[in-house]
Amino acid sequence: MLEFPRWKYVLILLVLAVATLYALPNAYQKNPSVQITPSTSEARIDEALKARVDGLLKEAGVTPVGTEIDENHLLVRLHDSDTQTLASDTLRPVLGENYSVALNLASTVPDWLSNLGARPMTLGLDLQGGVHFVMQVDQAAALQKRVEGYADGIRTVLRDARIGYSSVERRPDNSIGVVLTEGADVNAARTQIATSLASASGQTVGGSGPQITAEGNRLTVRLSAGEVDRIAADAVEQNRTVISNRINSIGVAEPVLQRQGEDRLVIQLPGLQDTAEAKRLIGATATLEFRAVTGDENQAAAAVASGNIPADSRIYYNEAGAPLLLSRRILVSGDQLINANPQTDSKTGMPSVGITLNSAGGKRMLDHTLQNVGQRLGIVYVERIPTVRIVDGQEVRSARSVERVISSSTIQGVFGREFQTTGLSREEANDLARQLKAGALAAPMDFVEERVVGPSLGAENVERGVTAVLYAFVFTLIFFMLYYRMFGIVTCLALILNLLIVVAVMSLFGATMSLPGFAGLALSIGLSVDANVLINERIREELRAGMPPKAAIVTGYEKASDTIFDSNLTGIIAGIALYAFGTGPLQGFAVTLIIGIVASMFTAIVVSRALVTLIYAPRKKLKSLAI
Amino acid sequence: MKIFPLTLVPANTRIDFMRYRHIFITIALLAFVGAFAVIGLKGFNFALDFTGGTAVNVRFENPVSVDDVRERLEAADIENAQVQTFGSGNDLLIRVRAAEDIAHIDDNAELAQHVLEAATTADNPGRILSTESIGAQVSGDLRKNAIYAAIFVLVGFLLYISFRFEWKFAVVASVTTLFDVAVVAGLFALTGREFDLTVLAGLLSVMGFSINDTIVVFDRVRENFRGVRAEPLEIFNRSINQTLSRTIITSLVFFLSVLALFLYGGGSLEGLALTQMLGAVVATLSSILIACPLLTYGVLKVTKQDLLPKARDEAALERRP
Repeated sequence: MLEFPRWKYVLILLVLAVATLYALPNAYQKNPSVQITPSTSEARIDEALKARVDGLLKEAGVTPVGTEIDENHLLVRLHDSDTQTLASDTLRPVLGENYSVALNLASTVPDWLSNLGARPMTLGLDLQGGVHFVMQVDQAAALQKRVEGYADGIRTVLRDARIGYSSVERRPDNSIGVVLTEGADVNAARTQIATSLASASGQTVGGSGPQITAEGNRLTVRLSAGEVDRIAADAVEQNRTVISNRINSIGVAEPVLQRQGEDRLVIQLPGLQDTAEAKRLIGATATLEFRAVTGDENQAAAAVASGNIPADSRIYYNEAGAPLLLSRRILVSGDQLINANPQTDSKTGMPSVGITLNSAGGKRMLDHTLQNVGQRLGIVYVERIPTVRIVDGQEVRSARSVERVISSSTIQGVFGREFQTTGLSREEANDLARQLKAGALAAPMDFVEERVVGPSLGAENVERGVTAVLYAFVFTLIFFMLYYRMFGIVTCLALILNLLIVVAVMSLFGATMSLPGFAGLALSIGLSVDANVLINERIREELRAGMPPKAAIVTGYEKASDTIFDSNLTGIIAGIALYAFGTGPLQGFAVTLIIGIVASMFTAIVVSRALVTLIYAPRKKLKSLAI
Repeated sequence: MKIFPLTLVPANTRIDFMRYRHIFITIALLAFVGAFAVIGLKGFNFALDFTGGTAVNVRFENPVSVDDVRERLEAADIENAQVQTFGSGNDLLIRVRAAEDIAHIDDNAELAQHVLEAATTADNPGRILSTESIGAQVSGDLRKNAIYAAIFVLVGFLLYISFRFEWKFAVVASVTTLFDVAVVAGLFALTGREFDLTVLAGLLSVMGFSINDTIVVFDRVRENFRGVRAEPLEIFNRSINQTLSRTIITSLVFFLSVLALFLYGGGSLEGLALTQMLGAVVATLSSILIACPLLTYGVLKVTKQDLLPKARDEAALERRP
């Protein structure tokens, strides 16, 4: 009657072994460290660099724990965060633009464990601290981009209203100059421009909005000071969302993103494995632009030689350094890209990129290709590379844009939203795809500050908290051992295994443990306690009713299992809702809760029953139970 | 003979809970209205996570202890400041909630000065490296998402409990859970403590064990309705009494554990522990005194027929020759 299938014992032992293995990395402390990653293709990570770094550190009086070369980076492990700051301050200016130097907390988990995919749980910013970045919006670029957008809108409305114009240009002072052709209706143009601006900026023209002044056939649009401020502020808010998506896409849970001042964004990431990589992805502003080719290589070379470049065109270069004339007008810009998928071209076997545009971009592309079959289309890859130079002992930050033509093929047929192009490396295509999925940055942002921050709760506070949690847990265990005796010991073993499973699964998922996560853990332990109490009380009840001990155990487990099942499933429903709609810390709570409930169902119903069967089944004449 | 050496709650209690059900429901109704009144009138004292504030970067001459600085700030009436080491041990990043009328960086200079004076001591002076205003950590979407999540939870509860029990149980369980969360939130607002993300997590866990407690009692009600021949009121009383021992032990263990966190866990855990303590008490009381009585009123009145598996019976009847 009191029996338990053998395979379930095997399952329990297996779970126990796997849980122990994957919970183990949490026992290892992390080293503060500095990570050096090449940021250009010429930079190499080799023994020479290692020797150079060691030399530099020695000069600065820093003794590292060790310097090691990993796959694609050099890792300098240090004793504490003070030497870490000193080391990064020493290395950063010397290694310059070719390498990116990032702060990191390096794991000390032995290789055999990491090879099994075991990694420690990340402690949240509140418990452990992490890396603190400050990014600043490039206001000039944000403004320029917005004004270009307005100018583009004006061109479209003028063309649609059939008002002739010879040029619509952004001027260096961020006003827009419109020159109409002779005899064009200036007033009609003015009305059209006003409507276009009103819909683009959300403000009516005149008053505090943009101003339009006319002089003969020349119109000038000026943005108000308020509008300029608003563009910068908007850019920060938009970028906050995009950056949050990007951080999520690289699997970092529970970052803190806060706006600071007018044009800055604070990003705090809890203990991160590869900060350099994170920085590269967060700040990356690579994009594609599509422009009509206005002159072939020969014409372009001639234009470069004579210095006589047509007014509507610009010189671009491809990877080989050959010039090409492309239209100044952007046909489709990066914010109209939805996706870029790395593919392999079926005819040539070359890496290619499948590009998807949004509907507006798709329509423009369709219109353009309809009218220009046989003409060439240029695709430009634009990447922004931030640079830091030391001038007179001060860090001077600037950024340069690298533009390169990746493709300038002839338009063979009409296409719209989806098409293929070659010319990007697989890695570039991958990165681009990831960025596009997260959304394009409204304006470029640069890292202006990077620090390692301590836990926001304070080390002593965290320690007190952990100690209190530990005592509370031990108190619970002792209470059960006294109250339910033998069954209490079984309950305790089930609770400990429960905790071990939760820690193991959370480590495996790369979840972040923060204080709200602790709340979820406390709740799941509470539910686990409840499940065990339900079982034990039910067994007592059956015994009181006069049932023989073995039958009481079986009935007790069976009846209590139903209750546990119902109450725990409702808990899981709540967890799923919180995960689906919650953000950051709430998701942490939800994940802990769901894992905790599943573990609790397993340990209370399966594990404790297995143990009880193991203890009582061999006893032939069982008169009473120690419960 | 006493088979069990330790029992907190005597076996076979026969407390007539249902006799006073009108009183319990009246009190509950008052508490419910009261909770909303408190939240509406007094409101929550939202913390830095929700409001944003001012970040002050202070450099000290000597390394400082984060916890000492926090205590000094608290002594100077700058409550719940977030203090973090910033790069080296001499630099601290102190984030405080700005008073409501301070919106711009310039106005924050005074506040920053106040923070500096409170944080530093004569033998470890410091200076302000920078002062900046910071936005809320919780984005504006949270409110909208919280409403979606609440709706999803509610619908999920209603569907699942209707499927496993009956729609009346589903409605009562959801109402009881809502009641618990609202009353705990109201009590928390009454304390005037800072409402931060951990308190929000605490409220969510109240929701978790509230529904758990109610389901455990309902499960017993369902079992007794199906197996025992008695009046509904008698069945409710019996079910509550049978689960009383379990309810008290679980709640007591949980309450004592959380009390330990509240007393010894330090300031950071207080908000969380307080909500969970309040939650343990309110959820236990509501599962004993409110959930079952609600099943005796108006449309929610449960009868034996509600819980008998109807479809199966009819099918079984048809199969009979």
